[in-house]
Amino acid sequence: MVTGQGYKGSEDYIASKPLMEIVNVSVALGKPLVIKGEPGTGKTLLAHSISTALNKKLLIWNVKSTTKAKDGLYVYDTIQRLNDARFKDKDISDIRQYIKMGKLGQAFKSDEQLVLLIDEIDKADVEFPNDLLNELDEMSFHIPELDEEVTAIHRPVVIITSNSEKELPDAFLRRCVFHYIEFPDEEMMEKIVRVHYPDIENKLVREAIKRFYWIRDVDGLRKKPSTSELIDWIKALSLGGISTDKISSEIPFLGAILKNEQDTGRFIKLSHAQGGGFGFKRRF
Amino acid sequence: MFTDFFYLLRKKGVPVTVTEWVSFIEALYNGYFQSSLNHLYYVGRAFLVKSEAYYDMFDQAFQEYFGGIKTEGPELDKVLDWLENPLHKLPKMTPEEIAEFQQRLEEFRKEHNMDELMKQFMERLKEQKERHDGGGKWIGTGGTSPFGAYGHHPGGIRVGGESWMQSAAKVAEERRFRNYRNDIILDVRQTKMALKKLRELKREGAQEELDIDETIDKTAKEGGEIELVFNRSRENTVRIILLMDTGGSMLPYTELCERLFSAASQMEHFKEFKYFFFHNCIYQDIYEDIANYKRIPTEKLFSQFHKGYKVVLVGDARMAYSELFDVNGCIDYFSTNDKPSIEWLMKIKQHFPHSVWLNPTHKNFWGHYTVDTVGKVFPMFELTLDGLKDAIKALTSKAKPSVLN
Repeated sequence: MVTGQGYKGSEDYIASKPLMEIVNVSVALGKPLVIKGEPGTGKTLLAHSISTALNKKLLIWNVKSTTKAKDGLYVYDTIQRLNDARFKDKDISDIRQYIKMGKLGQAFKSDEQLVLLIDEIDKADVEFPNDLLNELDEMSFHIPELDEEVTAIHRPVVIITSNSEKELPDAFLRRCVFHYIEFPDEEMMEKIVRVHYPDIENKLVREAIKRFYWIRDVDGLRKKPSTSELIDWIKALSLGGISTDKISSEIPFLGAILKNEQDTGRFIKLSHAQGGGFGFKRRF
Repeated sequence: MFTDFFYLLRKKGVPVTVTEWVSFIEALYNGYFQSSLNHLYYVGRAFLVKSEAYYDMFDQAFQEYFGGIKTEGPELDKVLDWLENPLHKLPKMTPEEIAEFQQRLEEFRKEHNMDELMKQFMERLKEQKERHDGGGKWIGTGGTSPFGAYGHHPGGIRVGGESWMQSAAKVAEERRFRNYRNDIILDVRQTKMALKKLRELKREGAQEELDIDETIDKTAKEGGEIELVFNRSRENTVRIILLMDTGGSMLPYTELCERLFSAASQMEHFKEFKYFFFHNCIYQDIYEDIANYKRIPTEKLFSQFHKGYKVVLVGDARMAYSELFDVNGCIDYFSTNDKPSIEWLMKIKQHFPHSVWLNPTHKNFWGHYTVDTVGKVFPMFELTLDGLKDAIKALTSKAKPSVLN
C-alpha cells in the first residue's frame, strides 16, 4: 500500500491528487511514467519535484533531434582510441577506458536509486523509444565490446516527458504508465501562482487569473498562453504597479501573454467587437 | 469481475491490450487503488489509456460501467457498509497466475469470433445494467465472466470521502476530454505533428558527418594512418504541392483548410512546399492566390515539378456532373475549357504518382457521383487527424495506379 507515504508534491510544485497517486503507483511498480500535456503545465518540473520529495538524486537526459537511444546507454569513443593508438603514448588494450556510460547507464550503475528524467522524448527520431523498449523493461543492457551486461542495481524512477511533437509507438506506451496533465483550473492556478509569488496581493492575482482564462478562451488562438506566461505576466503587473481596476478594464502588457502577432490581432479585434475597446489603441 | 470493463473499453474504441490489462489487474490486486472509485478512475486510466485522444472514450466507458453508483443514494450506505467488512480476503496473483490469466484471455479471444464476442458482450452489458438498477450489486461477484475466480475488488469501492479535486464519476460524466479525440478536431499543432511523419531521409548537403565505418575501413587499409571520411547528413527531401479548392461549397470548411495550410507552411522540415488554388475543379489554369486572380497554366505543374513531388489536393469534390466531365463545363461564366476536368485530374495523378485527395466533408456524405469519380482517381481521405494520418501513410507508401487509368 502506498497510502500515507510516498510522493505528495513538494514545496515548490503543486501536483494534483491524481498525479500524485499515479507517481506513487508507477514508483511502486517500477514502471516508467510518461507525462504529456500542454507546454508549460510543469511536465519537466515534476521530475525535479519527485527528486526533491523522495530525496533521490535526479539525472536528466535531454533528448534532442539527433539523440540516439544508444547514447543513453554508453558511448564507445572509437576515435579517441584510434588516435591514442596512432601516437602510442597510452595503453589502448583496455577498451573499458573508452566506454563512457550514458545517462541510462549511469542510472543503472548508481549505488542508490535515482530519478531519471528523459526529457522531451518526442524530439528524437520516431524509432528512438522503440530502441529503448528492452532497456527500460528489463532495466539492463549489453555492451558487446566488453561482453558485459549492465544491470540496474536499483531500478531508477523513470519519468518521460513528451510534448506530442511526434506520437510515441504503441509498444513503448504499453510498458509505461501514462498521464496527461490537464491545464490547471482557476483554483489550482491560484495555488501555483502563490508558490511563485507568495507576496503579491490577492486581489491582483485573482483578477489577473480571471483575465488570463478569459483570454485563453478566445476562439482560434494559434498559441494559447500557458502557465509560465501567466506567471511572467503577473510579475510584470506587480512590478509595473498596475492597479487591479486597470487589469479588468484593459489588458496591460498583452505581449507577455500573447506572443503571436496574429493572435494579438485577433484578440484586439474581438475585444473591440465585444464593445468597450479596452483602450488597446493607446497601448499597441 | 472487471473483464467486461475491458471489453467495454475496447468497444468504445480505447485500444487496450492484454498486457496493459494484466498490469492494471496486477496493480489492482496489489492494492494500489486504495479501494476508491477515484483511484480506479485516475490510476486505472494511467494504466489503460495511453493517449489523451482516448480519454473521452475512457470517460464514456467508465460512465457506463460505474456511473450507476451515483444515482443510488440510499443504497450507497449499505454498499459502503458491506465494503467496510469484506467477506473474503482476496487472492494475491503470482506471476504464474498472471501468465495463466493472459493465456486464458488469449484462448478466450481465439475461441470466440468477433461477432459472437460482441453478442456476448452486449448480453453482459445488459446484465450489467440490470444490476446497476438493482442497486449497487455490480460490486458483487462476477461469476458469469470467464475470469470470475478472481472475485471481488480488493477492499471494495469507497465513494467520496477524500479531497480529490472532483469525483471520478463526475469527471467522467463531464467528458472534459472530448476535444482531444482524434476523430474530431484538427488544430494547427496536431496537424503539424501529423505532417512530421511525411518525410524521406536522404543524404544531401555538405559533407560534415563523420562516417565512422568508412573511416575505420580506410584507416585499416592505410595501415593505421588515420583517414577521416565525411558524409552528408541525412535530410528530409519531401517536396509538397498543396492544391486547394476555393469554391463556394468549400466556404464552411475555410477555417479547417486554413489550419492545414498554416500547419503545412509552418513546417520547416519540408524540402519544398508549393501551394496553388483552384475553383471547384482543375482546368487548364490554376491560381497562385486565394482570390483566383493570378492564374498560371496547369501545364506548368508538369514542367516545373518532377514526379517526386507529393501532391495533396483539398476539396469537397462535389460539383455538377458537367463541371467534371464536360468540355466548357467550368462553373465560371467567362471561362471556357477545351478539356474536361477529369482529364486534368488524371494527368495530375499520372505525373505525380504520390498524390492524395483530402475531403473536409464527412465520409457519410461522399455518396455523390463526382466525389466517387474523384475518389477513384485519387485515394480520398477525410480531413481529420485520422484521415490525415492515413493520407500520409498513402503518400509515403508505394504509389498505386489509379483505377481509371
